[in-house]
Amino acid sequence: MLSRDLTSELQAQVQQALATKTALRIVGGKSKAFYGLPSSAQTELNVSGHQGVIAYEPSELMLRVRAGTRLIDIKSLLAEHGQMLAFEPPAFTEQATIGGTVACGFSGPRRPFTGGVRDFVLGCSFLNGKAELLHMGGQVMKNVAGFDVSRLMVGALGQLGVMLDISLRVLPIPEAELTLTYEVADIMNAVQKMQSLQGQPWPISGLAFCDGQLKIRLSGAPSAIEQAAQQLGGDREPQDETFWQELREQQSAFFGGAEPLWRISIAPATPMPELDGRWLIDWGGAQRWLKNTVPAATIHEAVAALDGTALCFRGPDKTDWLRLEPGVLSLHRQLKQAFDPEQLLNPHRFTPEL
Amino acid sequence: MSNAIITQAFINQCRTLLGKDNVISDPERLKVYECDALVALRVMPQLVVLPETVEQVQALLKLCHHHGVPVVARGAGTGLTGGSISVENGIVLGLSKMNNILALDPDNRTARVQAGVRNLAISEAAKIHGLYYAPDPSSQIACTIGGNLAQNSGGVHCLKYGLTVHNVLQIKLVTMTGELLTLGGSGLDAPGYDLLAVTIGSEGLLGIVVEATVRLLPIQPCIQVLLAAFENIEQAGTAVAAIIAGGLIPAGLELMDNAAIRVTEAFVHAGYPVDAGAILLCELDGPEAQVEADRQKAEQILKTHGAVEIRLAEAAEQRKLFWAGRKAAFPAVGRIAADYYCMDGTIPRKHLAGVLTRINQLAEALGLRVVNVFHAGDGNLHPLILYDMSIPGDYDKAELLGGQILELCVEVGGTITGEHGVGLEKLKHMCVQFSALELEQFHRLKQAFDPKQLLNPGKAIPTLHRCAEFGHMHVHQGQLPFPDLERF
Ligand SMILES: Cc1cc2nc3c(=O)[nH]c(=O)nc-3n(C[C@H](O)[C@H](O)[C@H](O)COP(=O)(O)OP(=O)(O)OC[C@H]3O[C@@H](n4cnc5c(N)ncnc54)[C@H](O)[C@@H]3O)c2cc1C
Repeated sequence: MLSRDLTSELQAQVQQALATKTALRIVGGKSKAFYGLPSSAQTELNVSGHQGVIAYEPSELMLRVRAGTRLIDIKSLLAEHGQMLAFEPPAFTEQATIGGTVACGFSGPRRPFTGGVRDFVLGCSFLNGKAELLHMGGQVMKNVAGFDVSRLMVGALGQLGVMLDISLRVLPIPEAELTLTYEVADIMNAVQKMQSLQGQPWPISGLAFCDGQLKIRLSGAPSAIEQAAQQLGGDREPQDETFWQELREQQSAFFGGAEPLWRISIAPATPMPELDGRWLIDWGGAQRWLKNTVPAATIHEAVAALDGTALCFRGPDKTDWLRLEPGVLSLHRQLKQAFDPEQLLNPHRFTPEL
Repeated sequence: MSNAIITQAFINQCRTLLGKDNVISDPERLKVYECDALVALRVMPQLVVLPETVEQVQALLKLCHHHGVPVVARGAGTGLTGGSISVENGIVLGLSKMNNILALDPDNRTARVQAGVRNLAISEAAKIHGLYYAPDPSSQIACTIGGNLAQNSGGVHCLKYGLTVHNVLQIKLVTMTGELLTLGGSGLDAPGYDLLAVTIGSEGLLGIVVEATVRLLPIQPCIQVLLAAFENIEQAGTAVAAIIAGGLIPAGLELMDNAAIRVTEAFVHAGYPVDAGAILLCELDGPEAQVEADRQKAEQILKTHGAVEIRLAEAAEQRKLFWAGRKAAFPAVGRIAADYYCMDGTIPRKHLAGVLTRINQLAEALGLRVVNVFHAGDGNLHPLILYDMSIPGDYDKAELLGGQILELCVEVGGTITGEHGVGLEKLKHMCVQFSALELEQFHRLKQAFDPKQLLNPGKAIPTLHRCAEFGHMHVHQGQLPFPDLERF
């Protein structure tokens, strides 16, 4: 794996931007450029060259890498030591970097069972909007000194700092996995079945529903998942990993078609919102994907009525892609001000005012 | 900070808002609020208010904001860093009367609770659904969920199940201006910045938590505990690393040194091997077949790494006995020492043996004794420093040793607090762990939530002036921090 430290260069670029009051568009591998609003900044700050492992100690379950390190390189390094990023991040392209992954806050099918990106971030170094190099958090799992700024970076779309390196907790790859498939005709039946499964201590690491099929991934010792599989019944999937990989990378047939893709985040047992379109249920019901062309406002309202939030993940029109409560939005703006007073970093990635 | 003085008129306004009984100003009743579990730090508050509703909290904060009166939140007062003791001209806002479990939702596996609900009460209520709340600080009978959120508390089982931050979906937070915000969501990932994560562990500096929705997990069908004895602490430390490297994540992995073994054995008679240099307690949970597989693997690893004796507890009673010593460590130490001071640093596991040896050397140099019991799986040390308040200078020595231990933690790449927080106690050591720029960033973050700096001011994050006064300097890449500040 390539190792290159561009800290000084990147810091100089942010200093320059500060001096000339030029906003920056931070990019890694550009695999997630489709997500959110495009930044209004014209000048690119490319972090993808800032690569390499700073520290990796399998027995510490800790990996510290530069933000431009490619996700595929990280995955293969960890796999050599029988470990993984347990939030199972989607890459979307081979160029995807860990910095972009953390900034977007994307997690895969394992999310409800082992945790999301934010659950695995232990610390990070970043440049704030004043070009100051700060180290937050650390390299140990238990750490409550100071505010948890490194977790605040997760999902902030680069607006609070240019991440330079990230310390992550890693986990062992389960010894064995297998997938069970059930035919379930009705979507609400599937959602209910998911809840009764999650209410019991089954060794589940994936729970999704699409096209009349409920998929259950089991992980653990071979004897343990064999025992669970026998008790649960259902058909055993021959090509285990393909389903989860295609789900994670949004390559399965469901994700095809020109309609916008909406991500609905909701309490897992909630009934289906009354919205037309095609559905895919992931995260045991807590994340629901919707493909349809209904106006954004209709979607936001239908989902909010069920106490969930909707977000237009992919689509041509992002004007109303996500909504934040007024009080929460104003707190966002104050935080942005606190980290980036000149509004230099990825401005307007969220909304016209943020 | 504020210069407002609490006037009789202000007290009357509080009484109008809350009713007479919920506003305490007579010294007799104020006494219980004078300190938290770190009894060496005491400040008598002028006024304590005990709201019963969210609306009352909002109205109170609005009132305090208007008059510039600082507010310190308080749960059960089991904190170990002076976090909930009063500040000058401030009031203490106790959440003890907001102690209702508002909803238990077995379908979604969540509990919605008020901030004053005790940690253990959640698991007790969820039990009939076969569910429980995972974070289990040793103080769980008493401490509140509001306090747990403010401290991001952990417990014996956080190696596998995470800290508070990993087990909370949503909170309701009242800001200093009295605004009620909902942070997080009913699903797993809410849109926007992760405001929920940054408020967890913020020690009451960003807002008052009035309500939380926490995740519940299914109770595991099978639990086993291994007790492994080692000749010395180095071997035990190496075995811990080997277990993790071997792909096991035990539910709990605790280490006790010889001093701890002897002290607790004399107290609870758990049958610990008193001649062992160290023992490890390794708890495995899950489906039966999984636990069986993990146990075999763990035993193998422990043996190869020098365990001289391995015992297994399967039945609940036996498990209880194994844990009894570990759980009684604090009171047991209380029996042999007049006073003790509990430290809380975290280090990378690989430094366990080295750091423990060094701690004993430092203690010896000061003529003090240290007992070590700790969360070995996640490198969280809890050295208990024994001293005697009645001997002049002894407390100062204990404090000095505590500071040296924390600095040692930072030196090896760890942190000054794993779960107890900073409060007042560790302000000094924050200056060692963070640079001036980092501390300034923390202050700006606080101001984004609390521009007038009225929430628990002076705690958790030291001002640069205080760091200069302490003379404890964070030296990073050879630069002297705070170059423009006067030296004292
Ligand atoms: C014997 C013993 C064992 C312990 N074991 C552990 C352990 O295993 N793991 C661990 O992590 N800790 C442990 N602790 C420390 C302590 O119990 C925890 O920090 C606990 O979370 C504090 O809860 P509390 O309700 O007592 O909070 P308090 O002590 O009352 O307050 C703690 C802090 O939280 C703030 N706060 C309280 N409520 C709110 C609110 N509603 N909104 C905003 N801020 C608030 C306060 O201002 C203060 O800064 C132990 C303490 C003792 C005495």
